[in-house]
Amino acid sequence: MSAPDLEACAVVKRFGAHTAVDALSFSVARGSFFSILGPSGCGKTTLLRMIAGFIAPDDGDIRIGGRSMHGVAPNRRPVNMVFQQLALFPMMSVGENVAFGLARRGVARAERLKRSEAMLERVGLGGAGHKRVDELSGGQRQRVAIARSLVLEPTLLLLDEPLGALDLKLREHMKIELKQLQAAFGTTFVYITHDQSEALVLSDHVGVMSRGRFEQLGTPQELYYAPATPFVAAFVGANNRIAGRAAGVARGIVELETRTGWTLHARASGAVQPGESVEAFVRPEAASLGRDAAELPAGQPAYTGEVESLLFDGANSAVLLRESRTRLEFRIALPQTGRFADLKVGEVVHFSFDPERAVCFAVPVPAHA
Amino acid sequence: MLEAATSGWRNRLTLGLLLAPALVWLLALIVLPHLDLAVLSFRERIAPREYQFSLAQYRLFFSEPLYWHIFVRTAALSALATLLTLLIAFPIAWTIAKLARGRASSLLFVVCLIPFWVSETVRTLGWMILLRESGVLPGLLVKLGITDVPVELLYRDGTILVGLVYTSLLFMVVPLVSSLESLDNALIEAAYNLGGNGWSVLRKIVIPHAAPGVTAGCIVVFMLTLGNYLTPNLLGGKNSQWFTEQIYAQFIIRFNWEQGAAFGFLLLLLSTTMVWLGLKLSGQRFGEVMRRT
Repeated sequence: MSAPDLEACAVVKRFGAHTAVDALSFSVARGSFFSILGPSGCGKTTLLRMIAGFIAPDDGDIRIGGRSMHGVAPNRRPVNMVFQQLALFPMMSVGENVAFGLARRGVARAERLKRSEAMLERVGLGGAGHKRVDELSGGQRQRVAIARSLVLEPTLLLLDEPLGALDLKLREHMKIELKQLQAAFGTTFVYITHDQSEALVLSDHVGVMSRGRFEQLGTPQELYYAPATPFVAAFVGANNRIAGRAAGVARGIVELETRTGWTLHARASGAVQPGESVEAFVRPEAASLGRDAAELPAGQPAYTGEVESLLFDGANSAVLLRESRTRLEFRIALPQTGRFADLKVGEVVHFSFDPERAVCFAVPVPAHA
Repeated sequence: MLEAATSGWRNRLTLGLLLAPALVWLLALIVLPHLDLAVLSFRERIAPREYQFSLAQYRLFFSEPLYWHIFVRTAALSALATLLTLLIAFPIAWTIAKLARGRASSLLFVVCLIPFWVSETVRTLGWMILLRESGVLPGLLVKLGITDVPVELLYRDGTILVGLVYTSLLFMVVPLVSSLESLDNALIEAAYNLGGNGWSVLRKIVIPHAAPGVTAGCIVVFMLTLGNYLTPNLLGGKNSQWFTEQIYAQFIIRFNWEQGAAFGFLLLLLSTTMVWLGLKLSGQRFGEVMRRT
């Protein structure tokens, strides 16, 4: 394996008493697509700005392409950035925007023109060099912003929630385009977002960030199927969250009892002791639904619930149930077969899930309790 | 139908009434006096209470080298004062718009505004107290051993420039601040990120963005400076040779209103030409520039 393009070693950034980035260490392999996923205020923007060099870390080191970036000014780093609002220069044409970095490097005018035109061609904007920035559509501007950075052949391309300003349809489209661009150029991308679907679709590896630390670092599949912490389980993808007490633990399966008396089973993640407060997470698509208890997979604990509402969203349609005895809310994805197309609100149905596909965490007890 | 027509008529009446004070102002205080001055400048007295059309006033301006000289000198010094004001105001505006935060920013603005709480006459007299031969600064220079005897710092072109720049600073800072404030910081960061340095960011990003503000400030300062009477007169004395003094002299001292009117029109022509030239050279449009101020 080649040397990582980006390495952060115990990077710390504090703003007054608030620690925005807390002793963070990670590395990003050459040519990979790395995402930092977290809610707003988790420190991801601060981290990105430290990599770009706009702010200096209080402690620790950032290495890019094997070279320490300590004391290196932003205009001397082998890093380019696609800004949140893109920050295209409105006073310049599209071609001048792309050629800006080359001009700063002293590349001759004719060569500049040739290279920026070739780069625009590669992102599918051939011949648009003379246009004004405000003549382009949102998606085209996005591509100009990426072209402007990639023409400099950086070691690392940073992307600061670049899809945030686009409407849903275009965002879906640009996701695919970004992934294709990254594959075509082979440049290492570091992408920050609060949108878990962007992170899952695009990335080779994702760091889920909360309060200045990584909760979990792994492939999108690992984050989805084996969340390491309750935060990741709740933040990545839809999940049913059920809180209760561990009534017993046997062969890695926790028997969870809610305060209202519903008992269910889930695989323990980490150490869970009987009697502890626990939280279980069940994916909506991990549960099976049946009008008759016999329809459910054999050998799984089955429950009944009343249909509270139907959430139709095409392929992502789901039904919201209330567990019959405890009235606890439970969401189940509807199968694509259309078998439950005639489901009515108020109907009583049976459901079950494989305890192996549900995870259960011990909830840390607050120190003062 | 009738109702719509009535309401349309009413709207127009409201608009007319709202505009009335401004229109009266324009007509009574700007258009009418200028029309009268125009008539004045083109006539010559041939006998008591008898006048005829003549270009004599304008001919005199071109045939008498003194007037010419003063005219060109006023224009050149005003342009220089405008340039100096721009160079001094730009860092101030940058500090207010981009570096200072919250209270500090408004405090800096107030500091720029404070000189205007004092009347222009008093302000200029303050400069005279500082700069005259027996004043504060020449005394200090002697004390520090820089000069042997107190030097007269008044009545020099440099002194006039100092006074003019001081008076004009705020009128340059305000449009610059507003145009720099609208510059997205991300553009500056992006330019650095793409390898730009302080100079290239200034030249390629900041100045093109601030151009309408720069032009607006320059127009206002140039006009104020060109038409200033008090500052050149007090700080420059007899040596100041400012064109407004010539107009004053014709009207008040020599009672030659016809000549004064002609000079007034020439000054108006000069400022209009310079503004037009400035807009042409900087590639700006007047409407856009005025919208930014």
